Amino acid sequence: MKPFATLLDRLVLTPSRNGKLTLLADYFRDTPDPDRGYGLAALAGTLDLKGVKPALLKELALERLDPVLFQYSYDYVGDLAETIALVWDGGAKEKVAEGGQPRLGDVVARMNALGRTEVRAAVRDLLDHLDHSSRFAFLKLATGGLRIGVSARLAKQALSQMSGRDVTEIETLWHGLEPPYVSLFSWLEGKAEKPVLASPAIFHSVMLANPVEDGDLEKLDPADYAAEWKWDGIRVQMSSHGGTRKLYSRSGDDISGAFPDVIAAINFEGVVDGELLVGGTARSNSATRSFSDLQQRLNRKTVNARMLADYPAFVRAYDLLFAGGEDIRAETFLARRERLSALIDKAPHDRFDLSALVPFSDWQTLDRLRLAPPDPVVEGVMIKRKDSVYQAGRLKGPWFKWKRDPFNVDAVMMYAQRGHGKRSSYYSDFTFGVWAEGEAGDQLVPVGKAYFGFTDAELDVLDKFVRDNTTERFGPVRAVRAEPDFGFVLEVAFEGINRSTRHKSGVAMRFPRIARLRADKQPRDADRLSTLIAMMDAQPPPIEKA
Amino acid sequence: MKPEALLHPTPAGLFCPPGQFYVDPVRPVERALVTHGHSDHARSGHGHVLATRQTLDIMALRYGSDFTGAEQAAAFGEAIDVNGVAVTFHPAGHVLGSAQIALEKDGLRIVVSGDYKRGIDPTCAPFEPVACDVFITEATFGLPVFHHPDPKAETKKLLASLLQFPERTHMVGAYALGKAQRVIRLIRDCGYDRPIFIHGALQKLCDYYGAQGIDLGELRPATLEKSNPSAFHGAIVVGPPSAFQDRWARRFNEPLISFASGWMMVRQRAKQGGVELPLVISDHCDWPELLDTITEIAPSEVWVTHGREEALVRWCDMQGIAAKPLHLVGYEDEGD
Repeated sequence: MKPFATLLDRLVLTPSRNGKLTLLADYFRDTPDPDRGYGLAALAGTLDLKGVKPALLKELALERLDPVLFQYSYDYVGDLAETIALVWDGGAKEKVAEGGQPRLGDVVARMNALGRTEVRAAVRDLLDHLDHSSRFAFLKLATGGLRIGVSARLAKQALSQMSGRDVTEIETLWHGLEPPYVSLFSWLEGKAEKPVLASPAIFHSVMLANPVEDGDLEKLDPADYAAEWKWDGIRVQMSSHGGTRKLYSRSGDDISGAFPDVIAAINFEGVVDGELLVGGTARSNSATRSFSDLQQRLNRKTVNARMLADYPAFVRAYDLLFAGGEDIRAETFLARRERLSALIDKAPHDRFDLSALVPFSDWQTLDRLRLAPPDPVVEGVMIKRKDSVYQAGRLKGPWFKWKRDPFNVDAVMMYAQRGHGKRSSYYSDFTFGVWAEGEAGDQLVPVGKAYFGFTDAELDVLDKFVRDNTTERFGPVRAVRAEPDFGFVLEVAFEGINRSTRHKSGVAMRFPRIARLRADKQPRDADRLSTLIAMMDAQPPPIEKA
Repeated sequence: MKPEALLHPTPAGLFCPPGQFYVDPVRPVERALVTHGHSDHARSGHGHVLATRQTLDIMALRYGSDFTGAEQAAAFGEAIDVNGVAVTFHPAGHVLGSAQIALEKDGLRIVVSGDYKRGIDPTCAPFEPVACDVFITEATFGLPVFHHPDPKAETKKLLASLLQFPERTHMVGAYALGKAQRVIRLIRDCGYDRPIFIHGALQKLCDYYGAQGIDLGELRPATLEKSNPSAFHGAIVVGPPSAFQDRWARRFNEPLISFASGWMMVRQRAKQGGVELPLVISDHCDWPELLDTITEIAPSEVWVTHGREEALVRWCDMQGIAAKPLHLVGYEDEGD
């Protein structure tokens, strides 16, 4: 556990990407199997570890520490896992011998072998045998979520740095392997052949696009690129091999169970990249329906007949990774697309269609098309180099996404809640509202919550406003002054807006964030609910607010 | 005699009415007894200062030789009569010259411990427990979360990082008096014998430690004017933490900011301070040491001067030891 704990301690505080890579590569090089493989899994989010409830951990800490002293400590530290790691054993002197701590592999094996009634005693015993830094690492693993600013991609990059192997080669193998990745490390260290995947029907890491930024396109020749509409569904991967048919989300979650209609229609062998949507395919001549309709089908384990009839799902195909058992990712985009086209042509017309190319000759034309797309479910365009190979990850250059600008409204801050971790001493989660007609004239109705988008300096301003203008407290939440002539106006940007029965206002925003602090505006100048409803109905929605 | 009659808090600091003196006063007074040379305890402008020779020397280095009207040096264990109050100085183990001050009159003894620690520190005399009726303690790290690990193991983290990042200049933040010299000594004890570069603010005190027989190895000024910036690749630079927020620090090669302090125990503290390599090295007691010291001395009363008073008072209450916070103003709660 100790090497992993030391790694976490360093990663948390290392801001630079290169610094993180060095720390990770050194860890993977110096740590034996299977510990490093479990460490890799923990960082990449593939570690399966029996969870422990925070309440149980707190109970264990209080077995040996006065609750008042615990509370003082928690107030000071702010993070429950860190508090428990530090005050464990009532704050007695540390007595764990160096080298005498359980190894990460042993901890994982032990936790996963536990029966329900054994958890309490086992966790107590483990905490007794770890030092504070290892306790912290263990508690973070057991409560889920490391949140240390290391992505799976970065971990793979470190494997590449450690071994000299290309990262795309590692990505290609990744989803066919499991923790503790012993065969992967053996290959990386040149001790064994490259692991052979059991079946191509596994998930393959997807290729992602970078957003177009100022000046990106000027340097590029439009003739080298093809464009497609960017549909507002969810990106999926269909795998079909020897009777095994799967539908994966873009992060590799198996969502086949919720989409039996799509699965049943697969009549091809291979791996297809596409957009999962609800409605009808282009070639069945019916409309593509909105993301909120698709949401009815998401996050379900199973689905009933009514759902299947009301919200039929289909896949709009973007790319082909495997044709049959043949890996064609090294072929060009246009070559892959030709084979994809032939495959989709023979597939059921009501469940599959081919994403159309958008003809354009210069970037200005494409810009106009992007801003006024022919279909409301289009959220922009994708730009792909015609000769690009299919490479997992988000590489700069071959693929771009050029989205319609996000929606924008001015809203009024209504409630603020303390943040977590680094932000635990700040009010950093804001509920905001817009004006609507109420029984007693205009009143604010909450329409969303945002906790990012602002800079640290702006957070200071927001936090100070909350502290100076609190009207009521509800636990960690404060209500703040929000009157027509006094309050805080926030410009909120968001990606989309849907009807919602769960929210009092009847609308729900997607990815809301604070775009700007509008100290120049009075709350009375903020937007009205009717504006949001109009955005929802608008086809297409407004591009920019004056 | 009630303890409060022998010593009680006033706006200028702890005052002893029968002896007509203050201990570690925060304002200029006629007669001051000073525990150690940190600036929140040792201020200039008093009429008369009684302190250890080393503390007097350090005050003179920091404030100039005219820092007081008159000075008197106290040797450890020497009984000194101040207006009928028997005063003795005892080592506190905090920094060079640091002392606890015991006051005794009519069979009542109060010990003002100043800042103190129990851990091993080759740069100063170790803390000596003194039996007393009232023990006045600091509580800088008075929460169960604080455990100061083995300082050598912490120092080894710095040396390990130098191997991992051999290009980067490792900037170690350490307070100018005590911590800086202790960290340098620790680095030497871990086998590092290359020159260590120091910020100008450390020069006089490092020279003084050297003159007092504490070998710090080869120290060089961390100035770039005439030298090549690449001279600092993979070098250790020690300086006051405030200097690292400054433009001064940006001159070095990819500086890796480290900070030697007990506060580094809490990750978010380190993160907020932009510290990449926290070294938990403290010149104060951690929580177990505070409890052990009170248990060992077994005073009938504990007064808590500064820091996290509430938790330590709570613990004393739970042990049945009378305890109260003194709410003194002017001392740094955030000492290292």
